[in-house]
Amino acid sequence: MTSVLEPELGRARKRKEDARLITGRTRWTDNLTPMGTLHLAILRSPVAHARITAINTDEARRMPGVSAVFTGRDIADEQGSLPCAWPITEDMKAPAAPPLAVDKVCFAGEAVAVVAARSAAEARDALDAIDVDYEDLPVVLDMEAALQPDSPLVHDDLGTNRNATWTFDSAEAGTGGDVEQALSSAEVRVDRTFRQQRLIPAFMEPRSVVVDPTGEQITMWSATQVPHILRLMLSMSLGVPEQKIRVIAPDVGGGFGGKLQVTPEEVIAFVLARKLGRPVKWTESRSETMVSGHHGRDQIQKLSMSATRDGKITGLKVGLLADMGAYLRLVTPGIPILGAFMFNAIYKIPAYHFSCTNVFTNKTPTDAYRGAGRPEATFAIERMMDELAAELGVDPMELRRKNWIAHDEFPYDTVAGLTYDSGNYEAATDKAVELFGYQALREEQEERRRSGDPVQLGIGISTFTEMCGLAPSRVLGSLSYGAGGWEHASIRVLPTGKVEVVTGTSPHGQGHVTAWSQIAADRLGVPFEDVEVLHGDTQISPKGMDTYGSRSLAVGGMAVVSAADKVVEKAKKIAAHLLECADDDVEFASGRFGVRGTDRGTALAEVALAAFAAHDLPEGVEPNLDADATFDPENFSFPHGTHLCATEVDTETGEVKIRKYVCVDDIGTVINPLIVEGQVHGGLAQGIAQALFEEAVYDETGTLTTGTLADYLIPSAADLPEFITDRTETRATSNVLGVKGVGEAGTIASTPAVVNAVVDALRPMGVNDVQMPCSPQRVWRAVTGARESSVTAPEAGGGLGSMDVQGGNR
Amino acid sequence: MPRITVNVDGTEYTDEVEPRMLLVQYLRERLGKVGTVVGCDTSNCGACTVHLDGHSVKSCSVLAVQADGHDVTTVEGLAQDGRLHPLQQAFHDNHALQCGFCTPGMIMQALDLLAEVHEPDDQQIREGMEGNLCRCTGYQNIVRAVRDASQRMQPGAGPAVEHAPGEAQSQAPVPRTPADEHVETRVTGGRQS
Ligand code: FES
Ligand code: FES
Repeated sequence: MTSVLEPELGRARKRKEDARLITGRTRWTDNLTPMGTLHLAILRSPVAHARITAINTDEARRMPGVSAVFTGRDIADEQGSLPCAWPITEDMKAPAAPPLAVDKVCFAGEAVAVVAARSAAEARDALDAIDVDYEDLPVVLDMEAALQPDSPLVHDDLGTNRNATWTFDSAEAGTGGDVEQALSSAEVRVDRTFRQQRLIPAFMEPRSVVVDPTGEQITMWSATQVPHILRLMLSMSLGVPEQKIRVIAPDVGGGFGGKLQVTPEEVIAFVLARKLGRPVKWTESRSETMVSGHHGRDQIQKLSMSATRDGKITGLKVGLLADMGAYLRLVTPGIPILGAFMFNAIYKIPAYHFSCTNVFTNKTPTDAYRGAGRPEATFAIERMMDELAAELGVDPMELRRKNWIAHDEFPYDTVAGLTYDSGNYEAATDKAVELFGYQALREEQEERRRSGDPVQLGIGISTFTEMCGLAPSRVLGSLSYGAGGWEHASIRVLPTGKVEVVTGTSPHGQGHVTAWSQIAADRLGVPFEDVEVLHGDTQISPKGMDTYGSRSLAVGGMAVVSAADKVVEKAKKIAAHLLECADDDVEFASGRFGVRGTDRGTALAEVALAAFAAHDLPEGVEPNLDADATFDPENFSFPHGTHLCATEVDTETGEVKIRKYVCVDDIGTVINPLIVEGQVHGGLAQGIAQALFEEAVYDETGTLTTGTLADYLIPSAADLPEFITDRTETRATSNVLGVKGVGEAGTIASTPAVVNAVVDALRPMGVNDVQMPCSPQRVWRAVTGARESSVTAPEAGGGLGSMDVQGGNR
Repeated sequence: MPRITVNVDGTEYTDEVEPRMLLVQYLRERLGKVGTVVGCDTSNCGACTVHLDGHSVKSCSVLAVQADGHDVTTVEGLAQDGRLHPLQQAFHDNHALQCGFCTPGMIMQALDLLAEVHEPDDQQIREGMEGNLCRCTGYQNIVRAVRDASQRMQPGAGPAVEHAPGEAQSQAPVPRTPADEHVETRVTGGRQS
């Protein structure tokens, strides 16, 4: 008799992954060096736009330890072009993207030559001996300037810096009304332009790749989020048969979209390993990560919103410019499109128009960064809600309540064409408001305003939803994405009754080994400890779509459920045979197959052994107890939540302090609350960092001036507050687990909550926007600017003129 | 090439190293102590933090030759006889890591902090860990873990994990004097029995 196990789902299991990570027994790619490895170092362009007129590598070749030096020209025929898997429109302009520049560089940091040497230090030394002649070309860095007819071109052969324009119109799509009409007949209209600054994913483990060409297959270890996609893309772009490539993602130290890529360096290493016939290894320095790993965000967002006097939104028009940087990477053009579906957020908006123009500039390419398109959209709409509330003179929370989709209206077809399956914005918001002490803080704010306190209090709201669980493959196909979004899992019950789960997801800190163990243990009725989860190796886990975009649980976790259910189904047949009863008489519970109405039964482990021995199996049943499953959901999942932030803003110094941060997230069923809380915390840190600290800055020559962790301000523990997090639980109806996904919630929701709070603190002084990151200088400037303009244009203040007067001599 | 003798995690190593070799490279590439990792090239991230004679240092900003004649403790030297150090246990119990890349550095830095301040409040922890960056956790659980470990290591928490009474502000915990021969300090420091 098996003892009854406690339910695993919802249990705060401590992670299986931790044991080796806290003791230092890890397998980062940089820990691996096969025998005979040559180390690579990459020479990068110091200039943003130039023709390469000559490269002399003779001296470098003679340097100690150097085996080979290659330029782009040397490997032009073999290196292919870096793939872009998302041609968003038929007329999209896509430049060739050689991993190693051939005769032109288009951003500072682009790879120009590569040295292979005995040691990494010798390889790096030799870089100094390579002589490159650059003939400078004019640089274009600003998206608006890049679209001017006389702008310098990043890629001459395209004849334009416009990559593509993608539009959605609700009247055309039949999902809603006509925006122009709504805007022109509006009782109230708000127009705003926001900037999404450029961010750097800044995972802590720098990228690293090792390629071993010896043996039947070429094996690549890489610090990647996407081993399966990487293998496919290497094969397609280099013409190497896919079955001859094995990609392994060992321990991977964070990604946040930054490792969702086929990088130039991976391709260069692959090509060189084949050419040299020896293992090669490349590990980047942090400065290389900053300048040559892809960046995120970088959009200009123009929004117009119309509403009735009593606060009902009637229309929303969104026009984006999105900076692609110098080249398209794997999914670069599609990132802003992901936002197209989220600008309407949780609101009932009757008319919607979205358009986005993607632009090439002489900067590092952009691509997915935590949330990818959705944080940008959520920021803009949540800022607009606050601006509309200010315009109408109502509490921003009231305005949201008036416009959101009510709990009893789900499922709800949105104006952007999605169907939100479930949600309860009321519950999450009520809980958040209570935890936050909304009323008391508003009163304190009033008091500070009245007294003209130099430190003002601001309250920021962000009620958000996002789409997770990418898949559905059918929808991705309709958006011209090059692949599906299904996920695969297989489960093997070993002859000893222990269980192996193979997943196509490829975790890099999310704790899949623990969570998938919980799911499998729960479904199969076996102890959590008896489950092993295998992942991140295309040979061990041959099918998969990897980990990004909070898709792993809602798609990959569901594949584990499907595989487990198939295993049980098969085991049932064998059990019925062993127990000599009809299949229908067997019932499965807590890892045991019992004959209905009797005390006869057999354990899963016994069935597994019988299936392995295969001495006596029922007709048509194959030996071994295992099953494969591929899951492709019908719909996305839609986590949502309410985030509230109180900031103290020093109007004299511009300093912003987060006084209180409360969030209530609804991510559907929770598998492991410990992991969920951790993901929310991490997301909050990133979102707050966008609001207050981080920005990739270029000087006018196109040099990244925030190229190290000394200049690019990742927050430390001292920069962040204690978060108050809680949850409500509305099951997703798009999968049987009821899960929605959590990885990006914190990032998406927190940025607008913080910026809304900063602006709210300063609104009485006439400030209605502060550009991100809201650094002390920017805040101070906004305050001073508003004071100055209030002298000439008194109506700009919108209230509390006394503060302007008081502030005049500060 | 200079010759150095370094005691790392209780074992003495003698090696010839290039003068420019960093301590972190020496630990990783020569000794295979791959628990210590490199996250940046500007000594900002703290991923490479180890102890040199009991004090935390960023091993990417120390040359291997500077460690000559000194004691180094890495995260791999903390667990004893298969038992985790209370800080390691606290990181696990409080889910203070996700990808784990920053974790060894965090643990080594926290150990130094707890040697200085036995019962730090959250602000002291946050400031004490300021030089160690984490991109995954948002730090809250790291702060919890350090606080939790400080409790586990308090007087009354059991003989093996107590701070030495009366030596509270001056006595270094065990990793400051690595190696098993110092049973004295092991009892007064951060080790579990
Ligand atoms: S690697 Fe030493 S501080 Fe970053
Ligand atoms: S756990 Fe990933 S960087 Fe800290």
